[in-house]
Amino acid sequence: MTREDIENGSEDMVIDEGKPEGGERMQGNAVPEGFNANYLKVYYGKLFPHADMFKWMSYGNDGKHPACDQSYFGRREFSFTLDNDIYLRFQSFNSASELENSIKEKCPFKIDIGPVYSVDPAKRHAYAQSGDNVFAPVERELVFDIDITDYDDVRYCCSGADVCLDCWPLMTVAIKVIDASLRDDFGFNHILWVYSGRRGVHCWVCDGKARRLTNEQRASIAEYFRVYKGNENSHKKVSLTVPLHPFLGRSYTEVLKDFFESKLLLSQKLFSTEERYEKILEMIPDESITSELRGKWQDNKRSSMSKEDTNVVRWEQLKHILQSGKQKAQALQRCVKEIVFSFTYPRLDMEVSKHMNHLLKAPFCVHPKTGRVCVPIDPNCCEEFDPTSVPTLSKLLEEINMGSLRADIDNEWDRTSLGKSIRFFRSSFLQPLLKVCKEEIENSYNAKLQHSKNSLNW
Amino acid sequence: MEIVRSQRKALHYDAVSTLPLYRSAPPLEVRLEDFELFAMDRLRVLKGISDALSRGKKPEEMGQVVRDLWKANMRHPEASEVVNKDIISHFVLRLAYCRTEDLRKWFLSMETALFRYRFRFESAEAQRALMAEFDLPYKAVSNAEFESTKDKLSQVARSIGLPLSTADAVFYKVPFEEVPELVAGRRVFVHKGHAYVAMNQVVSLVATQFRSHLSKALILTNRKWTSTIREQESNRLAPIVEALCTSYLGPDYSEPRELGDISIKEIDQIAQSSFPLCMRHLFEKLREDHHLKHGGRMQFGLFLKGIGLKLDDALAFWKAEFSQKVGAERFDKEYAYSIRHNYGREGKRTDYTPYSCQKIISSSPGVGDHHGCPYRHFSEENLRAALGKMRLNNRAVEDVMDKVRSRHYQLACTLTFEAIHGTSCDAGINHPNQYFTDSQKNLQSKNQSTVQENFQAHL
Ligand SMILES: [Zn+2]
Repeated sequence: MTREDIENGSEDMVIDEGKPEGGERMQGNAVPEGFNANYLKVYYGKLFPHADMFKWMSYGNDGKHPACDQSYFGRREFSFTLDNDIYLRFQSFNSASELENSIKEKCPFKIDIGPVYSVDPAKRHAYAQSGDNVFAPVERELVFDIDITDYDDVRYCCSGADVCLDCWPLMTVAIKVIDASLRDDFGFNHILWVYSGRRGVHCWVCDGKARRLTNEQRASIAEYFRVYKGNENSHKKVSLTVPLHPFLGRSYTEVLKDFFESKLLLSQKLFSTEERYEKILEMIPDESITSELRGKWQDNKRSSMSKEDTNVVRWEQLKHILQSGKQKAQALQRCVKEIVFSFTYPRLDMEVSKHMNHLLKAPFCVHPKTGRVCVPIDPNCCEEFDPTSVPTLSKLLEEINMGSLRADIDNEWDRTSLGKSIRFFRSSFLQPLLKVCKEEIENSYNAKLQHSKNSLNW
Repeated sequence: MEIVRSQRKALHYDAVSTLPLYRSAPPLEVRLEDFELFAMDRLRVLKGISDALSRGKKPEEMGQVVRDLWKANMRHPEASEVVNKDIISHFVLRLAYCRTEDLRKWFLSMETALFRYRFRFESAEAQRALMAEFDLPYKAVSNAEFESTKDKLSQVARSIGLPLSTADAVFYKVPFEEVPELVAGRRVFVHKGHAYVAMNQVVSLVATQFRSHLSKALILTNRKWTSTIREQESNRLAPIVEALCTSYLGPDYSEPRELGDISIKEIDQIAQSSFPLCMRHLFEKLREDHHLKHGGRMQFGLFLKGIGLKLDDALAFWKAEFSQKVGAERFDKEYAYSIRHNYGREGKRTDYTPYSCQKIISSSPGVGDHHGCPYRHFSEENLRAALGKMRLNNRAVEDVMDKVRSRHYQLACTLTFEAIHGTSCDAGINHPNQYFTDSQKNLQSKNQSTVQENFQAHL
């Protein structure tokens, strides 16, 4: 890849990031209630955890240790979207205070984080003139973007950018499935899940090993997670093997099956109308079975004596027929699982994960449409997360105003409902991460020392 | 001496392997005509592989394809010269294909595919010897560990239809990063950062090594080429080398104009008459949704550029649609850039080239995407409906579906072309822009003849 390819590639990416489908980004002058530049100024001034972001993005290189790479943070790309929709790419900062001052001064509506480049991205043109292909991304967290709008064909409560407590659990399931595999299969430990502020979640995998993956390796992980093939132009959505790969098998038995049967079936009333159950019958490749089921269900009144929920009854009937001993065909055996996967399995935006130079919104930004802060989500109790009750900009400002007028408090956030999120970010993510980063820096230094000693002895 | 040498060679061929790793250029004298002939023969093999892949051949079919191609092209009347021909042709093509990013990419993919299938033909013993040559630092999984993971390993093996035979149940435990293609296909058990690679999958490990080695070598060759070889050999080898890849690659349709420019007003009409199905679909969706995702914008936008839509017209065309969805202002801010970029006006100076069928067929459209090849990516039902809309009769539709089922997507498109235009297309469809050009030429010649007929009728 040439330097220009990389640069242009990344700029192509940005356009996708705009997400025109659901209009997540603000449009024109439509400033929603409770969100405006003045509020945001206060937020960046008093609440945004600048120092924590700097520590995170430094990965231990901000210390005094001789092996620290002092240029590391300065080679990271940030990009700002300002309130007049001006888009500033390739911003870079050499210190915590530079970052903080720039954010406070420019007051960006959105902060995106890009990769660490081989050279300071703000000076990329100067390097370009030297003729070598030196400007290239060298490190980037492995990131995932899951968006509820990609589930529109399996949720009946909302569509587009809307989300409610009936469909949000689809995100919870996605977190559980992907988080477990990142840890158990791929061996990653430093994983941050973040609410995207409106309609989805972001995941940052920050282990050193993850940050150094090539694009091909990133793509391989994204593909490993992918079971959806095709789109509205081809109705076959999920095609599973018999038996399932251990990762999918575990996801099915530990998360998906139970979620489908005890939650989604009821909350989305998947069998309640002909239109809905027809969508499920479409996935069964045997007409005698589908017409038998259709016969049972079309005459709705007769079975309504049962006290049980229609959806549960019909699902049990469907399972019974497909799994009865007579059905030898593998295609039918796997059908039940394919239905469950179609409705519940995580749907990732593949492009975001595949390329090092894809930008992703920083945690603790405020979503301009909802005013909600992009707070971290604890994967261990993600079912408790409620997107409708995350701190909003206006609520936080109220809390600040309500607080005492003491000027000597350093951490104003501690008195607000953002406090919990920042404490969680520090204790569960940042501290363990930095501990390991320091060990790695120490180890590589010692190894180098050892190496040079050995070569001296020779 | 003679005898000793041939004995040694015989030993070398039978017991170990005839598959070279091309680590260093051969210290051989090469006759100039062999230089070119060998290279052309190898090109036929690589081109054959490229064609087979673009027709969507499955890995199990590719084995036979490669075997046949190799047999047909890489023989040599003198048995002792076979290996030399292999090595010489590889290094000549390295020179020819080191010179641009696109050439390197193509060569790297095809040589790696070739290596992969040739590796598979080797005996287990020869494979182990080649692995040793690569100096891979992996150890086989110990018995104790095998016992504890046996269930999972067997589950994976059955899920991909290759049940474990206890006899050769040798597994290598490697960092998952080393076998991206096996991870991507969920063809290995992955645990705590390690992939368990079966003996019959080590080809992936070896191919990764081969690829990364060749990739680095091509960069070095390119440096040598630009710094010395091109000049030193300007009268002898350089012309041959430079001709090698152009003689073969064919037109890339980045320069339109064969038929002159087209204007926005004409688009609807020519879409109806001359767009291949993939582009009709994108055009239709764009009109319907006033939006296309990135993959669709690239595939369709570059196609339009290739058929002669000028930059200003392209901007106006996309804006007319997108502004209905996102507003004109946002179009100018977020989308106009990439259109100018496709035309080489922003960022990189050189033009982007329109996508070939191969590239389109191998893309993987996701939810909400409309790019890709309809013959490959549509359901049977949707494809039938789309063909019906193009007014193909039942028999033609069945012929097309037949090709689709045997995964000959380009042939399916060719049949569609033939049915619509009532003419044969012997060269086959390899590129959407070729489809367009052939269609326009066909229509023009028909128009001319009707004009003549009318003229004669008036006399
Ligand atoms: Zn909902």
